[in-house]
Amino acid sequence: MPLRAKVASSVSRTAAALSRAAGRGDGSVIGGWIGLKIDPDLLAHLSSGRAIALVSGTNGKTTTTRLTAAAMQVLGPVATNSFGANMPTGHTSALAKAGATPYAVLEVDEHYLAQVIDATEPRVVALLNLSRDQLDRAKEVAMMAQLWRTALAAHPDVLVVANADDPMVVWAAEGSTHITWFSAGQRWHDDSWVCPECGSPIERRDAQWWCTGCPLRRPQPQWTVEDDGVVDPTGAWHLVKLQLPGTVNIGNAATALAVAAQFGVRPLEAVPRLATVSSVAGRYAQVDRDGRNIRLLLAKNPASWLEAFDMAEEAPTLLSINARDPDGLDTSWLFDVDFAPLRGRQVFITGDRAYDLAVRLEVNDVPFRHVSTFEEAVRAAPPGRLEVIANYTAFQDIRAELDRVN
Amino acid sequence: MSESTLRLVWVYPDLLSTYGDRGNLLILARRAQQRGLPVEIVEVRSDRPLPATADIYLIGGGEDGPQALAAQRLIADGGMHRAVNQGAAVLAVCAGYQLLGTSFYAKGARCHGLNMIDISSDRGPSRAVGELAGEIDPRLGLPPLSGFENHGGRTHLGPGVSPLARVTTGIGNDGQTEGAWHGKIVGTYSHGPALSRNPAIADLLLRWATGHDRLPALDDTWSDRLRGERMAAVARPA
Ligand SMILES: [Zn+2]
Repeated sequence: MPLRAKVASSVSRTAAALSRAAGRGDGSVIGGWIGLKIDPDLLAHLSSGRAIALVSGTNGKTTTTRLTAAAMQVLGPVATNSFGANMPTGHTSALAKAGATPYAVLEVDEHYLAQVIDATEPRVVALLNLSRDQLDRAKEVAMMAQLWRTALAAHPDVLVVANADDPMVVWAAEGSTHITWFSAGQRWHDDSWVCPECGSPIERRDAQWWCTGCPLRRPQPQWTVEDDGVVDPTGAWHLVKLQLPGTVNIGNAATALAVAAQFGVRPLEAVPRLATVSSVAGRYAQVDRDGRNIRLLLAKNPASWLEAFDMAEEAPTLLSINARDPDGLDTSWLFDVDFAPLRGRQVFITGDRAYDLAVRLEVNDVPFRHVSTFEEAVRAAPPGRLEVIANYTAFQDIRAELDRVN
Repeated sequence: MSESTLRLVWVYPDLLSTYGDRGNLLILARRAQQRGLPVEIVEVRSDRPLPATADIYLIGGGEDGPQALAAQRLIADGGMHRAVNQGAAVLAVCAGYQLLGTSFYAKGARCHGLNMIDISSDRGPSRAVGELAGEIDPRLGLPPLSGFENHGGRTHLGPGVSPLARVTTGIGNDGQTEGAWHGKIVGTYSHGPALSRNPAIADLLLRWATGHDRLPALDDTWSDRLRGERMAAVARPA
C-alpha cells in the first residue's frame, strides 16, 4: 500500500474510534470520510489483494450482506460493513478497520454501485431487486436499472449473481458474461409492469414472467427456495434454519449461499453459519419489557412492507411512520401498500405521520388505535409478542428507546 | 351497467401510478359505498380500450416516458373524450393533469395532449417538491387544498379554464395558481392520493357524478386531523 494510503487508512481508523468514543454513531462513516479526504484512491488501495463480493438492491441488502459474510467465514476472515454504512465512506472505514483480510462482503447503496465496482474490482456482484424507494428524490427505477446495466457491461469479468424474479434486475444483468440466477421471489410487482427493453407490457403467471414485445423473460434460476430450504444448482435441497423470520429471509439465505459458492464455499458448510445471525443492525431484534416480547421489523418502502407482513406473527402490532429527511418527506407510498394482512390483529399506530397512516388504514378496513408514544403502545398491548414495524427514522427512534433500558 | 351503479375507471395504472395513485380510487369508492351507492371499479391497462360510458375517470402521475406513451394511447383510444362529452367527471393528477391539456414536455420534447382542457405545460426552472396548499376557487365552495407536490412542470392556464386554487404554500402551476377545473374536470399537482387530505374534492366529484347536490356527511375524524396537522406544518415558519 502506498504511504499516502497507509496514513489515510490509519487516520481513518483513529477517526472512527474517536467518533465512537464521542458517542457520535458507530464511526463507520466519519472515519471513511476523513480517509478519503487524505487519499481519494484509498478504497481502491484497501480493496486490492482481497476477493470481494458486493451486494446491492433496494431491499434486503443489509441482511443478505450479513448472511453472505457469515457463509464466507468458512474460508477465513471476512471484512464487512455490518452497520449498513453502504456508501464509499462506509466501505473505506470497514476495510480499514478490518485490516488485511482475504475476503470482503460489502453492502452497496444502489446509486453507488457503478462507482464502487470501479474502485473495488469485485469478483462477485449480487443484484437483489429494484423498486421505488424514497419517492421525492430517488432516481426512476428504470434509470437505476440502466445505470447497473452500463456498470456491469464495463466489467465483463465480474461474476454476477442476480434475482431471476425481478424483470428490472434481469434486464440490468443479462448482458453480463458470467451470470448465476437465483429465485428469491418478488412480492412487489408494481415497478415492473413495463419492459425496460422495449416498453411493452410484462405478463406474469405463477412464478413466470415474460415481455409481450421482446425476448426478455424470466431466466431459469440455478438457486431456488423450496419450503424452508434452498435448492442448489446440483438439485440438492438444504434445510435452512435461521433465527431471522419469514420466507423472505430464506430467499436472502439462498442469495448468500449462491454468492459464497462463487468463492468455492459449499452450501453444506455454509448453512450452519447462517443460523448464527440473530439480528442485523437492530432488525429482527427481540427485547423483553414489562412482559412483552417486542420484535423490531424495519420497513422502508412498499416492497419491504409486504415483506414485513410476511415476517410478522399473528400478534398485536405497532406501526410507526415518520417522514423525516432519511425517510423521504412524502407519505403517498402508504397507498401503495395493502395493509389487509393486518386485519384481525390488534393494531396500534404512532409516529410523526400517524395520521397519514390512520387515513390509509381506515380506507383499507383495518381497525387501529392511535397511541402518542411507543411507551403507550407497550402498556396498551397484552403480555406476549408485540410486533413493531417501522420505517427508517421511526425504527431508529424506537431502537434508541429500547437501548436505553438494556 | 345498472343506472344506479357508480362506475369508476382507473386509467392506465400500468403507466400512470407512481405515487400511491390507487388511493384516490379507493377513497372515492369507499365514500360512495358509505352513502349506499353501489360501485363498479374498472382498472384499464394501456393495451385495452377505455370504456366510453362511466361516471368518473381517474388519471394518475407517472414518469416522462410512460406519460408520453399514455397520451398517445389516450388520443388514439378516444374513449375518455367521448365519456366527458356525455357528462363524465375526471380527476387528473400531476402527469395525468398535464396530458389533459394542449401540450406538455416529456423527455425534452413537446408532446400533444388530449386537448380536453385549456392548459399547456412546459419545464420549470427547478423541480417543485414539498407541501402544497391553497385556497380553492370559492365557486366550488370547498375548504383549502392540502397536498404534496413533486413535479418539474409549469402549467399555463388559458381563458377556457379556471385555477383550482390560489397557492399559499408551494408551486402548483406557477407559484401563483394551482391545478385547474372546467366543467366536471379537476386537475391538480397535489400528487398521489390527493383525496386522502381532500375528501371534499372526492365529494365534489361524487356530487357531479350522481347529480345529488347534498350527500350525507361522513365521519372524517382522521382526515380532519391529518389536514389540521399538515395545515399547521405549512403555517409554521421554516
Ligand atoms: Zn420487452
